[in-house]
Amino acid sequence: MILEVDKVSKQFTSHVALSNVSLSVPRGSVYGLLGPNGAGKTTLIRIINHITAPDSGSVRFDGHRLTEADLVNIGYLPEERGLYKKMKVGEQAIFFAQLKGLSRRDAEARLKAWFERFEISSWWNKKVSELSKGMAQKVQFIVTVLHEPKLLIFDEPFSGFDPLNAQLLKDEILRLRDAGATIIFSTHNMSSVEEICDSFTLINKSQNILSGRVEDVKRQFAKGRYDFTIQGDATAVIPKLMPMVESSDVVSLPLERTMLSVKLRPEVELRDAIAAVNSAATMVGLSENLPTMNDIFISSVNAANK
Amino acid sequence: MNNTALIIKREYIERVNKKSFIITTLLVPILMLLLMCVPTLILFFAPTTTKNVAVVDDSGIILPRLKNTDDVRFFNATGTQDEMLSCDSIYGILIIDRNIMVNPNGVRILTPNTVSAPVERTVVDQMEKIIQDEKLKNYNIENLDKILADVRTPVTVKSIRVENEEDEGEEQSAELNAVAGMVLNCVLYFFILMYGALIMNSIIEEKGNRVLELIVCSVKPMQLMIGKIVGVGLVALTQIVIWGVVIMFCTTVLLPIVVPADIMAEAAAVNAGNIDPAAAGIDVDLAHMLGVFTNVGYIVYILGMMVVFLVLGYLFYAAIFAMIGASVDNVQDSSQLQTIAAIPIMVAFFSSMVILEDPSSTFALIMSMIPFTSPMVMMARVPFGVPAWELIMSVVILIASVIFSIWLAGKIYRVGIFMYGKKPSVRDLIRWARYD
Repeated sequence: MILEVDKVSKQFTSHVALSNVSLSVPRGSVYGLLGPNGAGKTTLIRIINHITAPDSGSVRFDGHRLTEADLVNIGYLPEERGLYKKMKVGEQAIFFAQLKGLSRRDAEARLKAWFERFEISSWWNKKVSELSKGMAQKVQFIVTVLHEPKLLIFDEPFSGFDPLNAQLLKDEILRLRDAGATIIFSTHNMSSVEEICDSFTLINKSQNILSGRVEDVKRQFAKGRYDFTIQGDATAVIPKLMPMVESSDVVSLPLERTMLSVKLRPEVELRDAIAAVNSAATMVGLSENLPTMNDIFISSVNAANK
Repeated sequence: MNNTALIIKREYIERVNKKSFIITTLLVPILMLLLMCVPTLILFFAPTTTKNVAVVDDSGIILPRLKNTDDVRFFNATGTQDEMLSCDSIYGILIIDRNIMVNPNGVRILTPNTVSAPVERTVVDQMEKIIQDEKLKNYNIENLDKILADVRTPVTVKSIRVENEEDEGEEQSAELNAVAGMVLNCVLYFFILMYGALIMNSIIEEKGNRVLELIVCSVKPMQLMIGKIVGVGLVALTQIVIWGVVIMFCTTVLLPIVVPADIMAEAAAVNAGNIDPAAAGIDVDLAHMLGVFTNVGYIVYILGMMVVFLVLGYLFYAAIFAMIGASVDNVQDSSQLQTIAAIPIMVAFFSSMVILEDPSSTFALIMSMIPFTSPMVMMARVPFGVPAWELIMSVVILIASVIFSIWLAGKIYRVGIFMYGKKPSVRDLIRWARYD
């Protein structure tokens, strides 16, 4: 584990930002930090960045208690992007790299390489105010990763990028992971979580309400959810299947087919359900119904808020 | 490289490289010198046309004794009034009444032009003297000329502040000290207000465009704030030093070249403390002024004091401005809170003006001890000379206040920079200062 957050709480005068939040980020993974607006994600990120201190609980980094000295091993791309508008791109990037402990010469060499790769070498002597928003974000991405930190924290990294550049960024993030970095990825975009995250934590109203590997959580949510596709309508099947399910949904498909999406009762075996359907209709398809992260997010948050 | 040093370096280089900084730094001393030189230059280059004044002297006493000057030439009027007035070479007609000795109002100047002040003054001065001499003559005093020559003595006052008995004291001109005090007071006022506001705006800008979010993940807010204050302070210091060097260069190198040697000798005499006002060929005040300008030791002392009070005063107020900058989102919101800093600066500025009248009053002493006002008040007093214990006490109080204000600003800054979208009240600021 590169990062272990243990029962961290943080309270501000008017509200609780985090209460007893624990999570562990495995080394070399992409870890999603999810949650509705105002759930406490930014506060948690600030605690990990040693900007604010937790009221209670502890944060361990790379096996020891997180200290200020670890900051050079962390890179953070905040959601609200910003650079000095009147400073030149190259000088500014060097400045931020030096703040992260790089020597001027190292910073310059690495920056040149990154700028070439992103094909933005011509920006070096431009002022940031001359760049578009998307261009400035590219520069800021480079600044975040330049010192090759062990832990990278990206807060909504794709916002403001066109699909082409978003793809470029996604590839870079995965490349960084393959090179050994661990990535914490905070976003509201659930499809990108599915694409690149290995594990995640869902924070709602200052509490950790769900965490684990994306695959495992999906399976857990998928348990007992199946889609039966039959020839003809469902009138004959429904009476046979109803006693076995907790919930069901009937959808008419083209070619006079019907799909029944069901969640089986826990004690019911899949083969019994198949037998029940088989006895009443011609079954043409069966699939396990894996929920999307979007479904998981909405149902978990709604359940927690009840 | 240490992160605070990096912040200082960035703040410094970014500002010093700005065109506006280079322009003001070079232009202001040039403008100041021009402003000082313009009146002299105008006099020097302006065509000094001698004005011809025709004199109709019915008394017969005045005309023979009127002396021509650089400005005015007198001659006996010939021809009619209209002829003379329409003649371009004649400036005007001076008509003197027959019984001028008993009726001093019997003098008129006729001119198609407006009467220029120097001409009128020349006429009045000379005539007063002539009439006075004539009247004295009527008393039939023996050796009158000798007595008159003896009586006319120009008086100038040297005020000497005695520091101790062995030291004979330094010659001073109260007027010059007041001018120096006022200039120093203005410089401090200008610098503290300008550079303080610069800090505030730069913090607001960092907060507004969210660069802060990026910086605070490598630098502690306190380091950032101190780095910023020191960086901007060094910029101010650079500007002062450049100005100081330019002024020293002008006074020690340029002035002796421009000003004639005999006048410079008198200035040197003032510095050596052995000027004889009666023998001085030039205005004694001018000699004093030149003396001050060419006294390098004095300038170094004043500049040294200025750096001390400028740096401390700047640090004290910069922390307050940083506090304000950190607690608001945009420049508009800052204007109200800014008065917290601006009012004491104004008070200091205006009380210094009052104190210049009486630099060793109790009021001056009190204001020299209050950190809000002491930098400017002390600077106004320094040219007059301030007792050492007062200087030391004032500096010590100021240093303690600087430490306190930076500590307090750091606390507020740390909380304030993450507060968005809400205009804090003074009460909020106090609450923030109490956070751990």
